[in-house]
Amino acid sequence: MLTIGLTHYIVLSCLLLSFGVAVMATKRNAIGILIGSELVLNAAVLNFAAFGRYRVGGVDGQISGIFVIVLAAAEAAIALAIFLNFYATHATVDVDRGDALKG
Amino acid sequence: MSVIEAIVFYIFAGLLVFSSVFILFGRNIIRSAMWLMAALGAVAALLLLLGANYLAAVQLVLYIGGVLVLIVFGVMLTAKSPYIRYDVKLHEQIAGFVVGGLLLAGLLVALLNSPWPKPPGVVSDQAASVRDFGERLLTSYWLPFELVSLLLLAVMVGAAVLARPEKR
Repeated sequence: MLTIGLTHYIVLSCLLLSFGVAVMATKRNAIGILIGSELVLNAAVLNFAAFGRYRVGGVDGQISGIFVIVLAAAEAAIALAIFLNFYATHATVDVDRGDALKG
Repeated sequence: MSVIEAIVFYIFAGLLVFSSVFILFGRNIIRSAMWLMAALGAVAALLLLLGANYLAAVQLVLYIGGVLVLIVFGVMLTAKSPYIRYDVKLHEQIAGFVVGGLLLAGLLVALLNSPWPKPPGVVSDQAASVRDFGERLLTSYWLPFELVSLLLLAVMVGAAVLARPEKR
């Protein structure tokens, strides 16, 4: 218990990912869903760094983590642009209202 | 040293789980965003503990300084009507929790029963220096680096086009 190893970080990032998925599943506000996806991506960053530290060594894990962070920032920018557009046409960001393409 | 590391790990892991619970159960979206800030800060501290100094700094600057501000701006720009409510029905909420719980159980069973063998040779305990990081990024990883810069350009143009009000 007192020696922190890879297992601790695996359990923690599993928890974080599950919380993120549950947030994405239970929020109806589109921005809440974006918050959930940020939790999921942070779990990935934590896992990359932990495997880099305990199994691979060097900076390879950290470089993978930095690409995840950059992609997450890009994803947040595009997602918010889409939400603003959605808000301009529907006057809400409730994802249940976004059913214009439903057959 | 190992005991201090364990104490710091448990403090920030606890903060991370605590703030994730508040994000999950909170009804006010701006409070969720503030708890997200705590969660991201805890992840940055854990990255520092893992010796990923530069990654922790980028996490603070880009996530807390960038993405979180973007999210708060998004909340302010889209939530001005007090009549819009985002209540979730109880059975939908329970379904979400069941999905998350099943995912957690499956992942834990699968990952904790994997051996994760150590590679031959010694894995260095030292924190990797930022110099190594930059050299590696511009030599071995030059192609993804350039692709990401192209992607960021595309994202910048795309976000500007998407968020622009429609001309009539």
